[in-house]
Amino acid sequence: MVAYLTSPRFLRAALPAASFIILLAAIFYVQPRAMSYFGMNLMLQYTVPIALATIAQMFIITVNDLDLSIGAFVGLTACIGATLLADTPILGFLALAACIAAYAALGALIHWRNLPSIVVTLGMSFVWLGIAVLILPTPGGTAPGWVKAIMSLKVPYVPFPIIAAIVIGVVVHLVLMTSSYGAVLRGAGGNPKAIGRAGWSLLKTKMVMFGAAGFFGVLSGLSLIGLTSAADAHIADRYTLYAIAGVILGGGEFVGGRVSPIGAVIGALTLALTGSFLTFLRISPDWQIGAQGGILILVLALRALINRREA
Amino acid sequence: MNTSERNIVTLENVEKHFGAVRALDGVELRVDTGECLGLVGHNGAGKSTLMNVLAGTLDADRGVLRIHGENLTARYSVGTANENGIRCVFQELSLCPNLTVAENARIFHPSLTGWGWKRRAGRMIRDKLDEIFPGHGISADDVVGDLSIGKRQMVEIARAFTTTDAPLHLVILDEPTSSLDAVTAKQLLDFARKVVGKGLSCILISHVLGEVLEYADQIVVMKDGLVVAAKPGAEFDRNSLVAAMGNVVEMDEIKAHEAREMVRGATLIVVEAQSGGDSGATPLIAHKGEIIGLAGLASHGQTDMLLRIYDAAMRGRKSPRVDGPVALVAGDRVTDGVFHLWSIAQNIGVRSLPGMVKRGLIDPLAEAAMGAEWQSRIKIKTPDMNDNILSLSGGNQQKALFARALASEAEIILMDDPMRGVDVGTKLEVYDLIRDEAEKGRTFLWYTTEMDELNNCDHTYVFRDGAIVADLPRDELTEEKILHSSFKESA
Repeated sequence: MVAYLTSPRFLRAALPAASFIILLAAIFYVQPRAMSYFGMNLMLQYTVPIALATIAQMFIITVNDLDLSIGAFVGLTACIGATLLADTPILGFLALAACIAAYAALGALIHWRNLPSIVVTLGMSFVWLGIAVLILPTPGGTAPGWVKAIMSLKVPYVPFPIIAAIVIGVVVHLVLMTSSYGAVLRGAGGNPKAIGRAGWSLLKTKMVMFGAAGFFGVLSGLSLIGLTSAADAHIADRYTLYAIAGVILGGGEFVGGRVSPIGAVIGALTLALTGSFLTFLRISPDWQIGAQGGILILVLALRALINRREA
Repeated sequence: MNTSERNIVTLENVEKHFGAVRALDGVELRVDTGECLGLVGHNGAGKSTLMNVLAGTLDADRGVLRIHGENLTARYSVGTANENGIRCVFQELSLCPNLTVAENARIFHPSLTGWGWKRRAGRMIRDKLDEIFPGHGISADDVVGDLSIGKRQMVEIARAFTTTDAPLHLVILDEPTSSLDAVTAKQLLDFARKVVGKGLSCILISHVLGEVLEYADQIVVMKDGLVVAAKPGAEFDRNSLVAAMGNVVEMDEIKAHEAREMVRGATLIVVEAQSGGDSGATPLIAHKGEIIGLAGLASHGQTDMLLRIYDAAMRGRKSPRVDGPVALVAGDRVTDGVFHLWSIAQNIGVRSLPGMVKRGLIDPLAEAAMGAEWQSRIKIKTPDMNDNILSLSGGNQQKALFARALASEAEIILMDDPMRGVDVGTKLEVYDLIRDEAEKGRTFLWYTTEMDELNNCDHTYVFRDGAIVADLPRDELTEEKILHSSFKESA
């Protein structure tokens, strides 16, 4: 038992949860009043869109690619949600479906022409931003009522963001980690050649993963306007790096198909909490991003230590 | 049963070319039901290419492929191979390291879906592992990346023998025992013998000749992309098999223009390195002005030896002992050799930059002069040395890499099989150059997988499993001797 608890495999899996709990404990120590239903709700409310964007990024990282456009894409879907979807729902749904299809098409293009995903998505981020600005030149719009209703759901005892995070993590875990096609999808990140040799279509795996990323990007954008009730093209620019950091914090690796959906959600929660923690410490907002980076480096250094023990 | 019913696979006149390299040059092969076919040949004889064609991962350029007597050449793919019960255990492992053993089994079987697939896949692979390798100690939930290389190979082999909906007819084992210890290797081969007795067929590719001689019903010998011998296993013995694999034509020309006689030990020792294994193993010794060949099967420690020597020279270590500056000519020029974005002249000059610095900057005139000098000396075919290096043909790129090493002040040149995929004309030019430079006092350490190149060497060390197992002066060098010492004595 002790051997299992100190094995690198267990430590690696437990690290994201442990860093989240330590951070939460530190917050409660500094600001005991946060330890309440209302406090938790306030602190964690923005984790839902971040967690969804992180899951989107995780799908891309699973197949050894990286998406530098997810922030701009979430911004675009938020703008569509606050304008088209609110005014003419059918047109809005079609536009969002087209966004997902465009993501799947990007996956196909990256596979077919063997392009570096970083370059393609970096370019696409400006395309998404441009379309978003065309749709909504100035901040504004209104979120559809049902989106707001979902996001302001009041659940007894446990704050809604925590329930939402658990649901997101568990659903994606079931689909990606336990389904039989999920094994093929992850295998396409671990050893694409072997998957191809076993007769699977690598084009299809790429398209499925990019399509899934697009779908979660849409969900992220909608949940974001459910909280803010208005949109702006630049509303989610920071999400690109949050999402990458969340996946890595959650135990994922850039190559090799090693990812963890539950870890990624916890990673997103941890990132969101560091913001609150630094505010409670009265650190000026100018220093917050740097301090977040510091925490990230700390956690990754711990993981590197665990991995070294394993080697 | 008549012959067409008993037949599983027939290849007729199959050819496969990679650029100018003829990997398969009209191969004929036939596998029947309940037969274990042994396939042997030197590195680069075309065995692995042939297996890839059979497994459907490579398309043949020409020829006919029949499965159960049916001509499937046009629509043959991995999927058709699977449908017809043909499986392949590839030499470089094809498991996904991030997945568990059970999940890797599932990758192979598209029909394993639905509720409880993980349990079913796990039971299937565990049963097969128990059957082939009793006492294997692998759990179906283990992540493959955490397993040792030997256990991974066991999983891969067991997976090839699992069946779901399609029946299994032929399993191709490409070097299956290379990462297994003696006990598990024997377990595998006994298992293969047993299933062959039940009507399955098996192709066994191995460098351990004892295995092939003991277990194969039929032995096929390949050389230079051709089948050169195919006889029942009982008609071969170790010597006749080695003879069949070897070069029958004597290399008269190369021997003829080799007039230089050297007395070993007349010059100083410049490199002395222990080879792997115990401390009593033969050390590698190079005297000044010698051309030393490193032979043996691919990746048996030759490259490691070169890199150790290079490391020692660069970091000033005591062991291995190296006297003099060294330069390395990389074998894989695309990944380790050329700077893709630079011009030819820049690629040649990069090893000699310290000598071309003027007021803290690289002197472009000196760089161009060096480029021009070597263009004429080594005959690089290009209109302009300022063109991008990738504008050259493969052989000329390799020449540029030689020029990089020879233009430098290095006294010792390490060569990591640099002639792979280079045309004959270029090779002969470079051989001449190497001999000239050796006469001027440079020392060459030359790892090569090509027999003919060893005839240029004054002294040849044969590697096996990281250790030097034979030490041959030029007058004792024969292909047979090298093959004999390259292969393990016992299976």
